[in-house]
Amino acid sequence: MKRRVVIGAAGLATAGLAAGGAVALGRREEPVPVSGTAGDAVPFYGVRQAGIVTPAQDRLHFVAFDVITKRREDLLAMLESWTAAAARMTAGLDAGTFGAVGGAPEAPPDDTGEAIGLPPSGLTLTIGFGPSLFGRFGLAGKKPEALADLPRFPGDAIDPQISGGDLCIQACAHDPQVAVHAVRNLARIGMGVVSVRWSQLGFGRTSSTSTSQATPRNLFGFKDGTANLKAEETALLDEHLWVREGDGPDWMTGGSYLVTRKIRMMIETWDRTSLTEQEAIVGRTKGEGAPLGRTAEHDEPDLTSDAIAKDAHVRLAHPTQNNNARLLRRGYNFVDGSDGLGRLNAGLFFIAYQRDPRRGFIPVQTSLARHDSMNEYIRHVSSAVFACPPGLAAADDFWGRSLLT
Amino acid sequence: MRPARLLPVAAVLLVAACGSSSTDDKADGSGKITVAASDVSCDVAKAESAAGTVTFAIANKGNKVTEFYVYAPGDRVMGEVENIAPGLSRELIVELSAGKYETACKPGMIGKGIRNGFTVTGSAAPLTEDAALAQATEDYQRYVKSQTGALIEKTTEFVNAVKAGDAEKAKALFPVSRTYWERIEPVAEIFGDLDPAIDAREDGLEPGQEFTGFHKIEKDLWVTKDISKDGPLADKLLADVQKVVDLANSAKLSPVQLANGAKELLDEVATGKITGEEDRYSHTDLWDFAANVEGSKAAIAALRPALEEKDPALVKTLDERFEAVTSALEKHRKGDGWQLHNELSEAQLKVLSDNINALAEPISKVAALVAQK
Repeated sequence: MKRRVVIGAAGLATAGLAAGGAVALGRREEPVPVSGTAGDAVPFYGVRQAGIVTPAQDRLHFVAFDVITKRREDLLAMLESWTAAAARMTAGLDAGTFGAVGGAPEAPPDDTGEAIGLPPSGLTLTIGFGPSLFGRFGLAGKKPEALADLPRFPGDAIDPQISGGDLCIQACAHDPQVAVHAVRNLARIGMGVVSVRWSQLGFGRTSSTSTSQATPRNLFGFKDGTANLKAEETALLDEHLWVREGDGPDWMTGGSYLVTRKIRMMIETWDRTSLTEQEAIVGRTKGEGAPLGRTAEHDEPDLTSDAIAKDAHVRLAHPTQNNNARLLRRGYNFVDGSDGLGRLNAGLFFIAYQRDPRRGFIPVQTSLARHDSMNEYIRHVSSAVFACPPGLAAADDFWGRSLLT
Repeated sequence: MRPARLLPVAAVLLVAACGSSSTDDKADGSGKITVAASDVSCDVAKAESAAGTVTFAIANKGNKVTEFYVYAPGDRVMGEVENIAPGLSRELIVELSAGKYETACKPGMIGKGIRNGFTVTGSAAPLTEDAALAQATEDYQRYVKSQTGALIEKTTEFVNAVKAGDAEKAKALFPVSRTYWERIEPVAEIFGDLDPAIDAREDGLEPGQEFTGFHKIEKDLWVTKDISKDGPLADKLLADVQKVVDLANSAKLSPVQLANGAKELLDEVATGKITGEEDRYSHTDLWDFAANVEGSKAAIAALRPALEEKDPALVKTLDERFEAVTSALEKHRKGDGWQLHNELSEAQLKVLSDNINALAEPISKVAALVAQK
């Protein structure tokens, strides 16, 4: 069995390069595969956590955990084990050191095996810490003010059982099996320390996080994420995405706040809405994705024009209507089969990163929840917020160390 | 096994990336195994070796001071080199007998380090008769004997109540007699065809297979509410239990079977009892739950002296987690017995499930530990 042999190894080499500093970059071209192909590894170590400005992969498995141990040292030990497994899996290796078939025959394998033969597939694993964690382990003094539970918005139909969580892992990959494999192995390593609270599979990214990516469509059939923050807009990212020194506790400097919302779409009623009304609700054309009254997708919407209705989604969500709030959206379409009435149980698993939800998601959603004409066709059914610290520079560090020690 | 093929490629790539002119420094004629350590990777040129003296040549190509370790299971240190400054190379010579090991580079000299598997093949060290393991087998046999005695006694009472048509008494004895059965079920399962005759569930029957045993009588007690024709069933149950008991008392479980039995009992809880599938008519699953956990604990207790030698940290974890399961279950005690499964909320069942998973994961490591010399 040789899952990910060459590419996985190259991923490690690349990671070595990134952290090594004084190395001859000119030698890279031969062993390192062309970046952007679906099989490649994304470096695990770096200044930022991967999976935020990383060009959005095609698939998602998002999982939230409750911490069930009372002992800080157990939590620390698990986070250290998680980090080692995450570094291996993102490089295309097995979760454990002996792998799915290399261990002692009397022992259960230290990797579950369903990713044998699969390349790294751009897997990123991004960790976040939820507000509920900070009531324990002596963490109260380290809780950022920005990390408050989201308020209730008008029309919310939030199910607490699929909301919140002490920890989260966002696993993104170009192959769903690789993402699921990662979450499954981390959940297994965490048994006794954490318990899965809820998880969500997503297919079909609904946002572009890089100018190199075309804008995909959500399940309403519209392009989604046209005006997203993009990896290349570094000045905007510094202003709107990354937590700066002085914003809050040091352990979050260089990190970002993650908001997730599971948004059920009333697919069947939307589908029998006229094209004109659909476009009026969104404020963009369905084909090109241009703001109404303009011609091309990336044209700036003319909000002084009557072409875009007062309650159109694009107007209400626009930065100029929300004190210049900008988000890096990274959501995925989901379909959880059908419900008991035969309706598609589908929608958008909304994910957004930002420097401070109080100046990002909260004002935007307040405006949308009150006025958006799209509300007739959507229900927000789950909600969560997490603090995602900066990346790990090298293997002597691990997830959560700066927070918990 | 993948690492064996993977790691040489990684080593070559790393070397190339770092600008070295050498294309093959992974296995020189001296048989040394090169280790390329950086701040974020640890590329061991070979993932296996023959038993005997093994030499690792570690080159620190990172920016942090590093260390290199070889661990036996349970993180027993077989050898280490400390304080390898950036740019330096050091050697580690260790004696390794056949078995599974882990290597670790520790950039920054802290934490668990970057681990890789390492397999040593060839003739094992001489087979010293392991006294602790031999003792484990004997201790567990004694436990089985004590349980089989009570099993016969309580099953006889249960069977007599059924035959006497005393449904209330039979209902009270049903979960009690099963307790002794559930504690030693892995032993019983060795004797293939008897386990289904005694303990099959209705949905598990093959076409044409007769529904007999505990659960048929359970259904007649709680659902059909008619045990008037169950006399022959009751007699057959007792006869089958007697057969298992005779076999179990003469069986000698190997230490690995013991370890697997301890795990399988918890798997029984996780799949059958948490869900309420086992005792679906009486809902007395928590009796079986408690018995499975006690049986698992007894098997681990027998292995304890051997485990203490091999991995004391694991023993400590198991102790704590057995304790956690027991106290979680204790919240559902009711009189001499337990709450019924259908009296527990989903949230309460999840707490029990989390505790069982927390215990079963470390228990799954015991078999390999026992098997390795």
